[in-house]
Formats: sequence, structure tokens, C-alpha cells
Amino acid sequence: MTVMSLSKALNEGMRKAMEDDPKVLIMGEDVGKLGGVFRVTDGLQKDFGEDRVIDTPLAESGIIGTAIGLALRGYRPVCEIQFDGFVFPAADQIITQLAKMPMRSLGAIRLPVVVRIPCGGGIGAVEHHSESPEAYFTHTGGLRVVACSNPADAYAMIQQAIRCEDPVIFFEPKRRYWEKADVDTTSTDWWTPMDKGRVVRPGDDVTVLCYGPMVKTCLEAAQAAEEEGRSLEVIDLRSLNPLDQPLVMDSVRRTGRVVVVHEAPVNNGFGAELAARITEQCFYHLEAPVLRVGGFSTPYPPSKLEEHYLPDLDRVLDAVDRTFAY
Amino acid sequence: MTIDASRGAEAPPELVQLLTPEGERVQHPDYDIDLTPEEVRSLYRDLVLVRRIDMEAVALQRQGELGIWASLLGQEAAQIGSGRALTDVDMAFPTYREHGVAWCRDVDPVKLLGLFRGVSHGGWDPKEHNFHLYTIVIGSQTLHAVGYAMGIQRDDASAATIVYFGDGATSQGDVNESFIWASVFNAPIVFFCQNNQWAISEPLEKQTRIPLYRRASGFGFPGVRVDGNDVFACLAVTRQALKSAREGQGPTLIEAFTYRMGAHTTTDDPTRYRVASELEAWKLKDPIERVKAYLFKNELADQAFFDSIEAEADQLGADLRRRCLAMPDPEPLAIFDHVYAEPHALLDEERAQFAAYLEGFER
Repeated sequence: MTVMSLSKALNEGMRKAMEDDPKVLIMGEDVGKLGGVFRVTDGLQKDFGEDRVIDTPLAESGIIGTAIGLALRGYRPVCEIQFDGFVFPAADQIITQLAKMPMRSLGAIRLPVVVRIPCGGGIGAVEHHSESPEAYFTHTGGLRVVACSNPADAYAMIQQAIRCEDPVIFFEPKRRYWEKADVDTTSTDWWTPMDKGRVVRPGDDVTVLCYGPMVKTCLEAAQAAEEEGRSLEVIDLRSLNPLDQPLVMDSVRRTGRVVVVHEAPVNNGFGAELAARITEQCFYHLEAPVLRVGGFSTPYPPSKLEEHYLPDLDRVLDAVDRTFAY
Repeated sequence: MTIDASRGAEAPPELVQLLTPEGERVQHPDYDIDLTPEEVRSLYRDLVLVRRIDMEAVALQRQGELGIWASLLGQEAAQIGSGRALTDVDMAFPTYREHGVAWCRDVDPVKLLGLFRGVSHGGWDPKEHNFHLYTIVIGSQTLHAVGYAMGIQRDDASAATIVYFGDGATSQGDVNESFIWASVFNAPIVFFCQNNQWAISEPLEKQTRIPLYRRASGFGFPGVRVDGNDVFACLAVTRQALKSAREGQGPTLIEAFTYRMGAHTTTDDPTRYRVASELEAWKLKDPIERVKAYLFKNELADQAFFDSIEAEADQLGADLRRRCLAMPDPEPLAIFDHVYAEPHALLDEERAQFAAYLEGFER
């Protein structure tokens, strides 16, 4: 066991993947000598060279487009988008090419490209640096979409994403980059398959569904709820596409109440998909409608207002209270 | 293929320069400028004051009063020279580092601080200043500027647009598309690229293998490289390019060859990726010192003048600090303001729900 931060765990995971497979490349803006603005790729260029850790020109569409080309040539590019809000220039390549080319080729082409995106708010940043764009990508068939929430998962999931033959949109909770925990780098026995979620806190009264940066918030809320005599079951979804439906539905059938929490806007957010599927599959088990806690239907606000925009312990508990009002 | 290795202190040969780093006035066959002593003193004042605004902002960030700040240190001449070339009817589209141009457009500097403090995403009315809002996504504003210039064209107005961007931005698709549109539509626009040699940690060689101003010829319009630390040359070259645009001669790309003397932003640490000697070499080409030397040598200003500018800068800095600290945080419900021009039922519902939620804490 080694104690490491989430960013270090990603770094170690990529290092391991690069050691295991010479076809793995890192691409992005400032990923080389600087080691990325969050230092997630720190030291990798020094150890693997400029041909494998590529500081690209400043163009996100170019990063993804050329990563596709490298993948066509047998490489496994891991692309860093510097901040969530800068993924949109790359959206064309991700949505029209990366997601669709394998099917277009009738399976002759596989695109094992990972797109790493630091996501979410809470760090007092300026505009475009705090967004949660996951729903744009879960809506796009052909992409796998995952979100890590803790160092151990970060270490395992980045390696799983790199090994995966499909394109993976890999969300990293930027405000949790500096959180530390034990990571076992000596064995893979403990790894959870990348497309499975996990119950991170068992409970009986309410199922709380979350991922990425909100897992910690929901665990804190569950702790507070316990002190008020309510037992929350917190599920870290980890994979948004595909969704681990059996895990979610089993929990909901036991608790009968669901609160979904994400930073992204509620309106047309990933929670809407969860609510719909839960309603379809667990209708007779539900004691209350599926409630969602998330951002408002506005652009992400200036940082002086973000504490009001972002779901916090109180907003989660408020939803828990409301689900008991039915 | 030649690599442009001119990033160091040695000036590349094609550079338009009217004032040497030592403060010597030089002539240029294509660009010249006739400045009165009063105009030179005024440019000096601008340079000193915007540097002070910048220094104060960096200090405020260090003290936790701003979330982040993008320093213009070293780029004062590029911004003041080009900014003072604009007439009232011209329109400017900045990145997030154009504090000197904002100054020329009479934007209250405290409004710049508001953005970096997290009070607002914008802070001023672009129409009031003919100075658009800061754009953070790299290069997006170049297309907006071309569209605006096409509007000027269709209005038969005698005005031009200037758009600012950096060396890193030249790699973006939007910037290249803006070049194409401007060229095809012969738009009245000046592309003002401040080549400060660094895109965060990436040196110019990661973006280009030829001098950036030469890109223009491939798109079909003239390009010129100007000494970005020479306020006279920046003023002269920009003035001529704007005039050409206003007269229907189409776009010009100006590459202001300068240097980012500070970090990319206050969260960046340039010691991780660049050598100190590079900064030392560029310090010898400081944009303010050469104007000061010129004023001294030609006896266009005395010590009392320089003292008075210092005093004004001190006062400006103190005033800025005071007003930054006094800036109120926005009310929580401001999250819902200005999102739509017309009533929006969903947002109204969310606002009411959130107001009720907040009231729950007050009870």
C-alpha cells in the first residue's frame, strides 16, 4: 500500500501503462516539461521521451484528430484536455469521428483513445474551468464515459481505460486531485471492472447515486444523515456509459428512495437518464419520485457564487428530507 | 524547413523598430511616426500606469483577493501602442490579458479585477467602450471580430476592428478560419498577435516553424512583425493597418514580437520550463525603460515629470486596492440573472425554489 494523491495515482497509472505497452502515448497542452497544469503527467516526458509524451500545438480539435490517426497506426493515445471547458473545440472530432469510426468500419477499426478531462468546480476558477460536460458525451453512442472519485480507482481505471479497445472519455474530479488515500500498486486483484459501479457506503433508507467529485460530498452527507438516524446507501457509479444497472436497481429495490447528485445542471443532466431508467425498472418499489440535486439551468457562475451553484451537504440532505415527504 | 530560432534576445532582421532598447530613435522606410513631446510623455504615463495596475493585481492575488491574474508584464508597449492607435469608432476584441488595451478604452481597471476575483464573468458594457469582453477560450474571439468587421463593411462605416490573440492561439482552428474569412470577405480587421514566446510552458517552436507574421501571406493579406516592446513602432504599424482596413484594403496581421516576463497566470511557475537567462536578456529590452531613456536623452521630460508619474501610479495602485477590497460579493440569486433576455419559465421556477431553500436557513 502506498499513500498517494488522486493526481499522483493517475500519474502512476499512466506510468505503469506506458511501461507495459510501448504503444501508449500521452498528448496534450503543457503535458511535457511542465507535467500538465495539474501535474498529472509530471515526470513522464523526462522518463519516456518527447516521442511518447507529446506537447501538442494549442488546438484541442488537433489533439483528438491526430490521436485518431495515431490510433489508426496502432498507438494508444491518452489525450489530456487541459480544462473541461476547452473540450468543445474537440467535440467535433470526438463526436463525429472518434465515436463513429469503429462502426463505420464495420469493426475493422478500433480506436483505443482515452480523453482525460479534469472536470467540475469548487476551485475558484475563472469561466470555462469548472464545467461538467459528461452528458454531452454520454449522449453520444460509441464512447465509454467514466469518472473516478478516489486515488485507488484513479490508478486502476486509467489503466483499464488505456487497455480498453474503445474510446473512453475519462473524467477526473479536479477539486479532488489533492486528496490522498492508500493505493495498492502491487496487485490488480482488487480492481473493479471499469464498467461497474460500487456501493461505497451501505445503507437502508435512501439510495444516493453520484460519481466523480460528488462522491465525497455524498459520503459526508451520509455521515451527517446517520447522526439524524437516516441510513443512506451511497453508490459511486464510476461508469456512466455503460451504466451498471443491476447495482443501481438492486439498491433502489431495497431502499425505495433515490437521490441523484451531480455538479452538472439538473436539466437534461445525467440524472434524468437515471431517473427514467429507475422509474422504468423499479416503479413498484419506489416510495417517492427520484429526486435530483445538481447545478441550475444557467451557465456556470462566477466563482464567488459557485458555492451556491454546486451541490453541498445541505442540498443533498434537503433532497433526502424531501424524498421522505412523500 | 527553417526553424525560427529568434526567440532569444537577438532581434530578428524583419522587425519594425522605431525606438531601440537604448532609447535611440531610428527610421523605417515604411513606417514612421511623428510624435510631439506631449504625446511621448502621455505614452510613457500609460505604460507606467498599466504596469502598476498589473503589479497591484498580482499582489492582490498573492494575498488571496483575486482567484487568479494573467499578468501583462513585458507586453505594455504592444498593448498601449496598438490601443492608442484605435479611434473611438474602432472596435477591439481582447483575450484575457489585454489590461493595457482596456486602459486605452477607458475600462475602469477595477472591473478587470472583478472578473479575476470571481464576481463576474465580464464586468463592462462592450458597446460603451468599443472594447469587447475578455474571452478565455483560446482564439474564439478572432471569428467574432471578423464577423463584427463584416458588419462594419455592410454598414458602410469608416471604422475598423482589431482582435488580440497570442502565439499559442495561432494553432487553433478558429484563428485560422478567421484568417480565411477576413481574407475572402476583405474584412476591415487588424489581427494583432502578441507573440510573447510562450503558451504556458510551450515555447513558440511548438506552434510554428516560420515567423508568425509570414502566415498571413498564405491566407492572402499582408503580415508585419513589429518590435512589441517598442511603443512607437506598435503605434505606427497598428495605425497604418487600421487606416488600411478602414479604407477598404482588408486585413493585416501584426505580429508584435514581445516577451511574457511573468508567469502565464499567477498559478503558473515558469521556473519549471524556462531558463532565467532568457528573462534577463529580455529585461534589457524593457518597453518602459527605453521610452524613459528617450525622454531623458532628448530632454523632453525632467525628473519632476517622472516623479509625478510615479506618484500617480502609487495613487492608482492604492485606489485600485481599496476599491477591490470594497467590491461586494454578488447575491446568491444573481446566479439566475442575465441568462436569457426574455422570461424563461424553467429558470423562474429554479430561482423561486432556490430562494425558498435559502430562506429555510434564515428561519
